[in-house]
Order: sequence, then structure tokens, then C-alpha cells
Amino acid sequence: MLLTVVVLLPVAMVPVLMTLPRSASRAATGLWVLTTVVEVALVGWMWARYEPAEGIAYEVATRWIPTVDAGYHVGVDGLSLPLLALTNVLFLGTAVWSVREQHRPRTYAALFLFLQTTVLGTFAALDLILFFVFFDLSIVGMYFVIAGWGHGDRQRSALKFFLYTFLGSLALLVGFIGLFLASEDRTFDMVRLAESPPLQDSPVAGSLVLLAIGVGLAVKTPTFPFHTWLPDAHTDAPAAGSAVLAGVLLKLGTYGFVRIAMPMLPDAWQRWAGVVVVVGVVSVLWGALVALAQTDAKRMIAYTSVNHMGYVVLGLGAAGMVGDADAAARAVATSGAVVQMVSHGLLTGALFLLAGFLWSRGETYDFERWGGLAGTAPRFSALFAVAAFGSLGLPGLSGFVAEFQIFTGALQAAPVGAVTAITGILVTAGLFLLAIRRLLAGDRLLPAVDRPRGPVDLHVHEMLPVVVLLALSVLIGLVPGPLLDVVEPAAGRVVELVSR
Amino acid sequence: MAEDPLALLPELIVLAGAVGGLLLGLWTPQRRQGRVAAVALVALTASALAATVALAGDERVVFGGTWTVDVVTGVVRIAVAVATGAFVLLARARFAGHPRETEVYVLGLLGALGAMALAASSDLLLLVAAYLLASVPLYALAGFAKDARGVEATLKYYLMGALTGVLLLVGVTALVLAGGRTGYAALAVGLADAPAPLVALGALGLLAAVSFKAGAVPVHFWVPDVTAGTTPAVAAYLTTVPKLGAVAAAFRLLAEPLVQVPVDVVLGVAVVATASMTLGNLAAFRQDELLRLLAYSTVSQVGYLFMVVAVAGRSDVAVPALVVYLTGYAVTNVGAFAAVAVLPGARTIAAWATAVTWHPWVVVSLAVALLGLVGTPPTAVFVGKLAVFTAAGDGDLMWLVVVGAVNTVVSLFYYVRWIAPAFRAVSQRADFLPGRGAPALAPVPATVLHGAAVGAVALGLGAGGVALLG
Repeated sequence: MLLTVVVLLPVAMVPVLMTLPRSASRAATGLWVLTTVVEVALVGWMWARYEPAEGIAYEVATRWIPTVDAGYHVGVDGLSLPLLALTNVLFLGTAVWSVREQHRPRTYAALFLFLQTTVLGTFAALDLILFFVFFDLSIVGMYFVIAGWGHGDRQRSALKFFLYTFLGSLALLVGFIGLFLASEDRTFDMVRLAESPPLQDSPVAGSLVLLAIGVGLAVKTPTFPFHTWLPDAHTDAPAAGSAVLAGVLLKLGTYGFVRIAMPMLPDAWQRWAGVVVVVGVVSVLWGALVALAQTDAKRMIAYTSVNHMGYVVLGLGAAGMVGDADAAARAVATSGAVVQMVSHGLLTGALFLLAGFLWSRGETYDFERWGGLAGTAPRFSALFAVAAFGSLGLPGLSGFVAEFQIFTGALQAAPVGAVTAITGILVTAGLFLLAIRRLLAGDRLLPAVDRPRGPVDLHVHEMLPVVVLLALSVLIGLVPGPLLDVVEPAAGRVVELVSR
Repeated sequence: MAEDPLALLPELIVLAGAVGGLLLGLWTPQRRQGRVAAVALVALTASALAATVALAGDERVVFGGTWTVDVVTGVVRIAVAVATGAFVLLARARFAGHPRETEVYVLGLLGALGAMALAASSDLLLLVAAYLLASVPLYALAGFAKDARGVEATLKYYLMGALTGVLLLVGVTALVLAGGRTGYAALAVGLADAPAPLVALGALGLLAAVSFKAGAVPVHFWVPDVTAGTTPAVAAYLTTVPKLGAVAAAFRLLAEPLVQVPVDVVLGVAVVATASMTLGNLAAFRQDELLRLLAYSTVSQVGYLFMVVAVAGRSDVAVPALVVYLTGYAVTNVGAFAAVAVLPGARTIAAWATAVTWHPWVVVSLAVALLGLVGTPPTAVFVGKLAVFTAAGDGDLMWLVVVGAVNTVVSLFYYVRWIAPAFRAVSQRADFLPGRGAPALAPVPATVLHGAAVGAVALGLGAGGVALLG
């Protein structure tokens, strides 16, 4: 029941918001922030009461479409709980960041609340169709955020995002139907499918279903070569939209791998784990190198997402190489992948919010048109530097914990892949240092804008969310224990399931 | 052998409504003909209620095996009654005070009766009669305005209908020759070892006729012309009501007489499905006129419906899938056409987007209806599509599922081509209230649109209930 409240509370506030008079935009924003605060409190309460040893908690199951045995089945375990928490923290951050939104604040708040429900629902779902419903709706919500509040060539970017990720979601649906038809008792229920995985003895069908599901999730993640929608969508999305898109929506893809592909298609996952590792390594290098070549700060951050998601895919691929590594190493890789999802959500969320600062002050992300911000905008510069160092994997921040685990875990299973991917870290380090030099150092250079919007440094409402996100990243970097206590048992279970 | 007239109560009520409405219209002054609309609405509501009550009863075959009353019949009855009711409301908004207003409602009721009969027939001769009843009133409706475009479209519609009508008779003759009977149950036995060419000819003729009524490729050429040549109200009716009956009739044909024949009818229907969704989608791509866009969208929707026709009788999920998709399609499609009727002056995407600027809720409902047609959860068509894809996969047509999924993505493009400019217009308008120049909303179509949007979502969320029937 508590979980259902957490999932549905944001969308339940939408009608309340829409009945507020148009003039009450401040009240609407206030209500939005309040809802997200309550959400964070609720998920904190859930975390406090959660026992990692018990597996799935807060479970609710109700029938919905009985003919195909699809239902409203939700629950929380060590894989989803950190991501639910991340989602709520990030949405709180975007709400606070957007308190001064001028353009239709009421509808904007309503859309974000709707998005929050779709993301929470996807993470909480324990039924494939329920997962798909929320997954698909998150695309619709994001489309309207980009099309309505973006900038630049936003209509085109939004449409590209919509079509591309919709293609992915339809591939996912085909894969789900394949799982359903192959399952013994004809069900879409994730728990039961994971208990008795279908297609264990039919390699061709299993591989085809994994292909459909894999492509669907790879588009969302995105991994090379399905990442081309990402830079456009990010560049033209509003700052808060980008933060949510990169921070949590991308995790829907990688989460799907851990939650669906690995436990339900263990045989096929083992068979193709090598390919998954290669896709991960290529994403790592490709994302890093293309990011290095960007002259646009936001595009650069967008491409680093491809790089960071590549580490996750690498870790999960290594977890499937049953013959080459022992269970402990593969569990470490899986746990690293989950921590990387959380860590990337925090750090990239912060970076995209900071990129929003550039647009709101200068209406450009071009490196050439900014310089010497360390002098003019010290708060921005300090936070940007911390986020950048975190993103390149500096010890003491969450990215290090995650990437260290991934490399340690993957080294035994895929030594070549792991070592090759480590070079990606070097490139990322280079590009972030370059970005810091271009933006923060050098001569003072501010783009000329017709109507300057406020002072040339972060407002309190802009600074606060970034500080919180980075503080959490530092916390995980220094004291990873509480997070790992939750993630590790669940990662161990996934490895157990995928080894069958 | 049951000869219980009460088994046909929903049909009889509609018939009584049509006859009563016609008589009432004869003695009613021109400006008060709204009364006939009221009669029609009462009859349709009563019919839907009677059909709902009948749904609880057992499946049975009445009148010498010609008329099957089962879940498919029941749901088609309800969907036809509801869609025709929406048509009466939309038509009233458009034709109030028209010299031939009564005729619109009466023709609509008779066509509805034909669609119900199509869905229920389990005898070839009743199928022919139902085909004619579901066709002739519609020709008159299509050319109702008597303008050049409408007349040309009607001629096309009529000629193609006559052609497929002849094919239907040839098909019936061939099957009677091959199977020796006209009843479906007897035919199923008789056709099992009949000569293949004769069965093929028969199946071809029958499928041509139901495909024409459903607006499937390759007999879809009337759809865009007729849809764009008439009013949104009539277009909504012509692309919804006969389709419900025709798809159910095709389903019944595949499930009963053609279930085990020496010809690969499944492949034939699967090819028709593929062609319909693909060509419908590709043709919709570049349409700027709303009604033409929706016309091609309905052609592609028939493709998804024919997916489940292809596996009729070959999957346990087929009947629930058909029932859910038909209901969802009826509600959502009527909603989309109502969106055109909301702004009567705007016939193109650009004009509609400009006119809708001050009506954000209309855009919301439009988005629900169009994304609903794509199959975005949690709307009714999503559940329908899920069930249809599952049924097709269950019937060993996984390739058709992939084709359907790819086409779904393709279709998103042209629906968004309509949503995006409207959304942009609403989200970028200036923050002051409209002056006198702002185009007014047609209130009744707006109500129908919002009702359809709410209905589509409610049906999707409550899909368990509808699916349970099957």
C-alpha cells in the first residue's frame, strides 16, 4: 500500500494542480515542491524499514487483464529501492530548480509530476505489462516536456526522441509477448517468470526474444549504436528535463537488463554475454571520444552519459560470463552496475542542471562563448568542478565506488574488455579537465544577451539542488556501506538467477 | 432449435427506432426534427442496455442456426449502439434544421442494424442480406450533402460496393457448391475435404466483401474519398460502425466455416492485414487534410484488426483480443473524428492548430485519442493491441506481430504531425484572453471528444472487465 502511494501520489496531484486558477502559478509550484518533498520522505521511510535480506518487500498484486494474466504487481527490492530513492531526490531537485519557471508553470509542474509517477512505476513494477505501461508513458511525458519547454530545434528533437524510443518500446513489447507465449503458465508476472525462466532449452527462440528486449532497452539506455537520439534530445530539452532524462529515464533501460533480461533469459544472456561486453566497451570508448570532440557543453555532457551507461552494460555483460569468472566477482560487477546507475543519476543530474545555468544566462552552451567563469560565477564554478571530478571517477565520490566495482568484477570475466574500458576513464578525465579549463579559466567572456536574466551566478534555488545531489554523491563515495548493504544481496540474487 | 424473438431484442429495438423515427419525422415540422434524434438516442440506449443484459446469458444460436448470439455479437451490438449514438449527437450538431434531417438518423439506425446483423450471421444467406443492409443506407449517407466531392465519392463507394457484392454472391455460390450447405456449422464439416479451387474462390469472394465493408486493402479506395468528401459526423460513422460488423463477420468466417479448409486462408488474411496497416500508414504520412489523414489511419487500424481475424479459432486469446480491440477502436476513432468536428471550419492540420489555440483541453483530449490510436498505454487500444499481438503470436504468426509493431512506430509519426502543431499553438500563445476573433468551439462535438478520451482511458484501465467477457 505504501509503495502504491509513493508511485501514484505525484500523478494524483495533477488534477489538483490543474484546478488551481491560472493566476496561482506560485501556489502550483509550491504544491509541486511540497509533493516531491513528501515523496522523498516516504521513500526514506521505506528505506529505513527495508530489510535487505527479505528480498521483495512492500508487495501488492491485483489482477488487471486476466485473460493474459497481466496485473498491477509492484514491489521493492535492493535493485529498485536505490533507484526509487534516486528518482525522488532528483525530482525534488528539479522542482526546486524550477521554482521560478515563467513559462506555463502550472502545466510544467503537472507534467513533471506525471513523469515522476511513470518513472517510479517502472522501477516498482513486477509485471511486464505494468512495466511497459509506465515505460511508454514516460516517453510521452518527456516528449511534451521537450516540445513545450525546450529551446533550439526542439520540435524536431522531441519528435526524434519520441519516434526512436517508441521504436525501442515496441521492440520491448514484442519481446515481452515472446516471453509470455513461451512461459509455462502463460503469465506476464516478473517474479514467476524469473522463478521458472522460459526458453531455457530453445536457444534460437531465446536469443530472438533477448534480441527484441535487448534492442528495446539498448535504445533507452542508450548504448552504441542506438544512442543518436540522445544528444539532440538533451541539447534542446530544458535543464530540468535533461536532468530527469539523463538522471533517471536512462536508468529505465539498464534497470530493465537487471530486472528482466538477466533473470528471465539466463541461458540467452550467458550465450550473448560476450556481445553485451563488447557493446558496453564500444559505448564507453565511443561516448568518451565523441564527447571529447564537442564544442557544446551540454552535448558533451550528453555524450558522457553514453560513456557512463557503457560501464553499466559492461558490468552486466561480465556478470553473465558464467564460465569465465566465479560468482563473487560477477556479483561485484552487478553491484557496481547498480551503484553506477545511482551515481550517474546524481552526477549527471547535477551537471545538466548546471548546464541549464549557462542557457538561462547566455542562451548558449558554446565553449567558445564562455570563459573565466571562476571569477564571475564562483558558486557555479565550484559546483561544476566537483561534479566534473565526480563524473570522471575521482575517489571520494560515488562514481569511483561504482566504476571500481565494475572493473574489479569484470577483470576476471572479460580482462581485455575491462582494460580497454579503463582507457575510457582517461579520455573522460581529459575532456572534463578541458571543459573546466574552457569554461572556468581564461579571460572573462560572457555571451551578450538582449535581456539578461538575473545575476551571473547561481541563485539559491539553483544552487540548492546541485549541492544536495553532489553531497549525496560524496556521501556514497565516502560511506558506501548503507547503499551497498541494500544493493549487494540483490546483486547476488541476480547473479544466482543468471547462472542457471 | 430456438426461435426466440427476444434473442434479437437489441436489433428489434433499433429497427423499431428506425421505423418509428421515420414515421415521426414525416409528421414533424422541419425545425423540430430534433425529436427524431431523441427517438434514435432512446432506441440506441435501450438497445445497448438490452445487449448488455443479454451478454450475461449463455451463448446460443437462434433462427435455424442463422443468427449467433455470443460475446462477439454482444460486444459489437453495444459498440455499434454507442458509436451510432455518438454519430446521432455529432450529426445533430451539423444537420439541425436541415430539410432531410430525419433521414440522417434513420439511415444511421438502419446501417447500425446491418452492422449488428453482419456480426451475428452464421449463415451465408444472412451474411448477404446483412451486407446489403449495412451498405445501402451508407451510400445515401455518404452522398448526403449532394455536393460535387460527395457525389463523386459516393459513386466510387457504390461501384466498389456493387463489385464486392457480386464477388460475395460468387463466393457464396462456390462455398454452397463445395460444402452443400449455407449454415456455418454444417459448412465447417462439409468444406473439410472439398475441392481446393472451389473453396479458394469462395473464401476470396467472402473476404473481398467483408474487407470492403471494413475498408481493408485492396478494396479500401473508397475510404479516403468518402471520408474526406463528407462531414466529420458521417465520416466517423462510416469508418466505425460497418467496420465493427465486418471485422466480426470476417472473424466468424475464419473461426467457423473456413477453420479447416484445404486452402491457406490464414496466410491470405495475414497478407491483407500487412498490406492494410503498411499502405494505410504510408499513405497517411503526407496528408494535410484531417479527414484524409484519419481515413488512412482507419485503413491501417483494420490491418491490426485483421491480425486477430487471421488467428480466429486458432488461439484462446483471439476472442477477447477481438472484443477489446473493437471496443477500444470504436471509442477512440469516434473521438478522433469528433476532434475534427469540434472546429467545423478547420479542415487542415495547420488551420485546426490555429483555431484550437484557446482550447487547451481539446488538445489534451485529442492527444489522448490519437496516442490511443497508436496504442499508448493505458488506453483501450493499447490493451487491444497487446491482446491482438499476443493472439497472433499464439497462432504462430510472430512475423505478423513484428510487422504490427513496426507499423505502430510508423503510425506514431503522422499522429504526432497533428498533435505537435496544436500543442505548440497552445503552449506558445500569448497570456491574454481571446478577443472576439477566436474561433468558437462546437459544444456537442467537444463533449463527444472529451467523453471518448475519458472512455478510452477508462476502458483501458478497466480492460480486465471487458476481456473477462471473452
